[in-house]
Amino acid sequence: MATPTLEKSGKAPEPEAGFADSPYITATFRIRRFNPEVSEDAQWQDFQISIDPKERVLDALHKIKWEVDGTLTFRRSCAHGICGSDAMRINGKNRLACKTLIKDLSPEKPITVEAIKGLTVLKDLVVDMDPFFQAYRDVMPFLITKGNEPTRERLQSAEDRERFDDTTKCILCAACTSSCPVFWNDGQYFGPAAIVNAHRFIFDSRDEGGEQRLEILNDRDGVWRCRTTFNCTDACPRGIEVTKAIQEVKRALITRRF
Amino acid sequence: MSTESTSAIGEVEGVEPPRRYDADHPAPVIEPPRKRTGKTPKGSGTNFEMYAWLFMRLSGIVLVVLVIGHLLIQLVLDGGVSKIGFAFVAGRWASPFWQVWDLTMLWLAMLHGANGLRTVINDYAERDNTRFWLKMLLYTATVFTVLLGTLVIFTFDPNIR
Repeated sequence: MATPTLEKSGKAPEPEAGFADSPYITATFRIRRFNPEVSEDAQWQDFQISIDPKERVLDALHKIKWEVDGTLTFRRSCAHGICGSDAMRINGKNRLACKTLIKDLSPEKPITVEAIKGLTVLKDLVVDMDPFFQAYRDVMPFLITKGNEPTRERLQSAEDRERFDDTTKCILCAACTSSCPVFWNDGQYFGPAAIVNAHRFIFDSRDEGGEQRLEILNDRDGVWRCRTTFNCTDACPRGIEVTKAIQEVKRALITRRF
Repeated sequence: MSTESTSAIGEVEGVEPPRRYDADHPAPVIEPPRKRTGKTPKGSGTNFEMYAWLFMRLSGIVLVVLVIGHLLIQLVLDGGVSKIGFAFVAGRWASPFWQVWDLTMLWLAMLHGANGLRTVINDYAERDNTRFWLKMLLYTATVFTVLLGTLVIFTFDPNIR
């Protein structure tokens, strides 16, 4: 089961007759608004703007915030797909606004933009990330070693580095965790992102805390709650094979316990 | 959305709209069920969840054989469903092989199903009390069915009148 998506066709929009030279199109952005200082209800609001379809959704949000409605609230920092601040649910699928081109979203139909699910919405597209980072903290995402510190770098072979290469790419945007139906129903589940970051150290040959982390993920809210719906793998803007990483942790648990 | 206009207009003399929420009295936010905090209890330190997960996979494989075999014998082969009667069951349970087959199927299917439902309850029951009582009901029903079935298989007497 994939994250339900609203758009079907990915065809590029035709340039309007008479404006063949202009790259601009008129696109409608249907944004889920919530402001607790005004109303307890969240509502959809449509914004029609003229924009180049080769721009990104983040550019459209900027245009709306800067030129149409300054109260629109969202997070973004680097705006280039590295900081992981602007994960949102665009056309029903978790993505980074700064990596999603408008032309890929069939902009002839309204493009829906809403906050990621499973976390408390604070305002418009901003959610409370504390539970997400709590799960991240709980898997101890740092190097754990015994004995004295070496006087030089901790060397590692290319093969050993390759073992966990995929999970080093995580930018903690929460697109995976907030696409997980188990996390929606029970926020105490560690969630894909925390497991990915545990995987990054469990399979690091320099780290000696793997057993501790496996013990943490062996618990009631750990990897065994994963239902392999692959929503996380579909959602990851970095292309991490999240479900595979979770399965590798499960396998490590089983092989190390027997 | 009222954000675009109401805040800009501000207070109008005499017409004062009943504003329920403002910066000092924000509306309640909708919290997700059971969110993780620093106080979230740590695990029990047992391997129970791992064994439960493994049991689901292994019992599933065995059940495919047992259940498909059972369905074939009961419903398809040798006259189909019309042949099933007291005599048919009595005849099969005279053999230890079919006793073991049915016993294994009963235990595996009941535990497999119960563990699946336990997972569903863990996922969907939001309040601790609801979750506890649903699971108690499930465990009671499971134990009752497994014990009753086992009793019948072992004490079955074909000469009943």
